[in-house]
Amino acid sequence: MNFVDSPETPWYIRGVSQIPLFQPGALTVSQVNRYVQDLLAADPLLQDVWVQGEISNFTRAASGHVYLTLKDSGAALKCVIWKTNAGRVRFTLSNGLAVEAHGYVGVYERDGAYQLYIDAIRPAGEGRLFQEFLRLKAQLEALGLFDESRKRPLPSFPRRIGLVTSPTGAALQDMLNTLRRRYPLAEVILSPSAVQGESAPDELVRALERLWRLEPQPDVVIVARGGGSLEDLWAFNDERVVRAIAASPAPVVTGVGHETDFTLADFAADLRAPTPTGAAELCTPDRADMRAGLDSLERRIDLAIEQQLALRRSGLMNARARLERVSPRRRLDNERQRLDGFGKRLAQQALTNIRLRRAALDGLNNHLNALNPLAVLRRGYAAVFNAQGLPVISTQRIHPGDEVNVKMADGQFGAQVQSVNVEGEPE
Amino acid sequence: MSAPIDPQDLAYEEAALELENIITALEAPQVSLEDTLALYERGKALARRCEKLLEQAELRVRTLDGEEA
Repeated sequence: MNFVDSPETPWYIRGVSQIPLFQPGALTVSQVNRYVQDLLAADPLLQDVWVQGEISNFTRAASGHVYLTLKDSGAALKCVIWKTNAGRVRFTLSNGLAVEAHGYVGVYERDGAYQLYIDAIRPAGEGRLFQEFLRLKAQLEALGLFDESRKRPLPSFPRRIGLVTSPTGAALQDMLNTLRRRYPLAEVILSPSAVQGESAPDELVRALERLWRLEPQPDVVIVARGGGSLEDLWAFNDERVVRAIAASPAPVVTGVGHETDFTLADFAADLRAPTPTGAAELCTPDRADMRAGLDSLERRIDLAIEQQLALRRSGLMNARARLERVSPRRRLDNERQRLDGFGKRLAQQALTNIRLRRAALDGLNNHLNALNPLAVLRRGYAAVFNAQGLPVISTQRIHPGDEVNVKMADGQFGAQVQSVNVEGEPE
Repeated sequence: MSAPIDPQDLAYEEAALELENIITALEAPQVSLEDTLALYERGKALARRCEKLLEQAELRVRTLDGEEA
């Protein structure tokens, strides 16, 4: 078969029997390098390995890739960290640093050199420490020290704030500045302690106990320190410290390291803050907010009193009005007015009555006038009276020869009846 | 309210709480005029106390040294 015979094909594919005793030609450099690369690529250990050593020849290329050499007392290993992986490294890399690096070993065929392609790197010993951390966490968690139900709420307006931290660290100043700005009403009681090293766990416990012995006790306690490596923060994973925090009579807020650092003290605390400054903020209200709240209360009380007074003013006016309506004076005035009214009506009635009677009288008068016999006379008629002075109203009562008196409107005359004619109505 | 404490002796939280209670009482319609005025006076005194605490407070810091309690 042609390809098997090809000088390019590796001897182990062509078969052992095919190894020439005398090489017809040497392998090329590329072939050798490729061969080695394949060997390494097939090895499970070398494809997933942690290597510990000290950094030297550290360079960061313009491309962003990092090149370094890991060495121990007897050997050195070239390493490369590609740009993306390098960006994820959480601590500063520098020559002399003892680290543990993870990756795979491969050949850079161009140079014929093998190197460690690093995808993760951490300070030396952290791997071991981290395992220890996980073990302790499981152990203390099983004791219930981290239970949510144990966590207490913080007081809204703490009067006394206990601080367990290093007296010389930057964390203390950061927290004091924050408290000064936000909530100067409180009293801060600093209980100093080392925050790393052998003696730190003991000192931290004693610092907490000093605060508990105070009379009166603080309303809240902050346990804090600035950033550092896992080793630096290790005191806060110590069982004694965890138990002391869990046993604290006052609520505990921890602010240890950076945002991404978690220690067992954080799990035992009533509240974890990402940083010391964060802890000071979580414990206290902001004075500006308190000011606004107080302003609102003052507005409400002024409004409430306004409304109470307004209510009373209107009630008073109502009462006054009602009083007015039933007061004697009012009644008097009312009666007077009624009387006046009556008086008027009375007068009117009287007038009306008089008018009516006058009218009636006039009517009667007219009637009377109309019936007045003298009026008849004025119309040209004459009234006849006999010798006895009695009126003669019928021809049957008069005889010829009788002496009569004839009355006219403007006088009278005597006359003698000459003849009588009876015609018309009898009397 | 039994034997009200002098506002000068009250901490911020206590004064603010009492002030809120007073306001709630004043917002009820059935308060007598006498009570209204008394409550208002007390409320204003409490508010002044709170203001004073806010304005004048300076952070007090003390350090426990050694094994002092």
